[in-house]
Amino acid sequence: MMRDTFVATTTDLLDEDPRTALVLADISADSFRSARDRHPDRVLNVGIREALMAGVAGGLALTGLRPFLHSYAPFAVDRAYEQLKLDLGHQDAGAVVVTIGGSYDASEEGYTHQSPGDVALLDTLEGWTVHVPGHRDEVPAMLREAARHDDRVYVRLSEQENDRAYPGGGRLRVLRRGGPLVVAVGPMLDPVLEATSGLDVTVAYTNMPRPFDAEGLRALTESDVVLVEPYLAGTSAAAVSAALEGRPHRVTHLGVGRHEVRNYGGWRDHARAHGLDAAGLRASIGQFLAL
Amino acid sequence: MTATAELLHRITGDEKHAPSAHSTLDVLWVLYDRILRISPETADAPDRDRFLLSKGHGPAAYYAVLAAKGFFPESWLDDLGRWNSPLGHHPDRVLIPGVEVGTGSLGHGLGLGVGMVLGLRAQGFTRTRTFVLLGDAELDEGSNHEAIAYAAATRLPITAIVIDNRSSTHGWPGGIAARFPGWDVSVVDGRDRDRLELALRPRHDRPNLIVATVAQKGS
Repeated sequence: MMRDTFVATTTDLLDEDPRTALVLADISADSFRSARDRHPDRVLNVGIREALMAGVAGGLALTGLRPFLHSYAPFAVDRAYEQLKLDLGHQDAGAVVVTIGGSYDASEEGYTHQSPGDVALLDTLEGWTVHVPGHRDEVPAMLREAARHDDRVYVRLSEQENDRAYPGGGRLRVLRRGGPLVVAVGPMLDPVLEATSGLDVTVAYTNMPRPFDAEGLRALTESDVVLVEPYLAGTSAAAVSAALEGRPHRVTHLGVGRHEVRNYGGWRDHARAHGLDAAGLRASIGQFLAL
Repeated sequence: MTATAELLHRITGDEKHAPSAHSTLDVLWVLYDRILRISPETADAPDRDRFLLSKGHGPAAYYAVLAAKGFFPESWLDDLGRWNSPLGHHPDRVLIPGVEVGTGSLGHGLGLGVGMVLGLRAQGFTRTRTFVLLGDAELDEGSNHEAIAYAAATRLPITAIVIDNRSSTHGWPGGIAARFPGWDVSVVDGRDRDRLELALRPRHDRPNLIVATVAQKGS
């Protein structure tokens, strides 16, 4: 699981780099017990206090440390939004926010534990780099890179994973060449590949949607663009529109719907409910491209 | 101190009210004149003492004290809130030398201060002290109470100063100190500089609250 990779890599970073600090709000605290035993001054669990978790991260950063913080996305982002805005951004400070439970991974827990809007919320703020890994092996490089500077970084871990990892950079990576462009973000890649199998489309992948690879999008776009992202549908609409400004294009944005799905089950059930499984994507993409 | 009074008049353009109209003035003066190990020359030293004005409202006294101590030119006080002024109605750390945190939205200073204490300790700066100044109405914000409880549970050596001018709409029946369980507490006259100094000077091995009482807002 991506979460295990996060725990292993962050534990290594704490051992290797005295600048690295970790702030938790109970979630995953057990997984970091050995790291906390070795580095009690830099592995901090503030209890179930997410506003404090973000405030503490801001304070740590202002003394020169590099804080990582971690919880469920609805608590780390939705609940602590003002702390991310003011205790980090307004202070000109940075941190690495690593979340689980984005969108509908916490399917059995219900909407209180889900955040389809985390990336959209961060899009209202300045200077956030957003990573959405599609495979656990993409996670370590993201965390190691983030440990080396002081900017604001968001890493959105998910239960859903692709079959294979595509490590490296923030550029759109072309995995299939053909007609109209379909962009898959993070774990949306495998369902997109399955949905477009046999269709004459270009499929490009990114696990770093912010800053968005505008240059890559312009280079790959002839007219039609389908953007598939694993959070709120249309989150990247402004970025895509800005990238293609002044150029004739048609675009559709597929992602998690705004309506609350008051069902439980697993993430696959919710993906189906939002039309983000292969069948749902094939229907939406086929209709938009008239294929 | 007369100089500070003049600076206050200069920043507020208000000659009628005495400096005592500013609830934070005496605490700020005692901190910067007698307690804090910080000067314009050491404003970026990693082991400097930290002062966080959590209650970012009404920063005139803060600006006057920083100017009097030479952190920025006194001429800055003449342009408060203007387009090119570094001084806004709430302080911005990015714009003002000596300001540790940008505040204004209430309830952020204590959490940031807790993080600073932890960050300084992790880097071995054990002599460094961290002070956070709040208002009694600011305590309405729930985020404060996350920091208050955590600091007590972990015996974090942080000093909070609450300026109590009874401005909280619903008040604090039972007293402000009762909201800080596990903290060392002293209640002093917020106008008595010698008593303020006596309360602020000792180091504590757990969180320390000083309630500085001043006349009720509007009285």
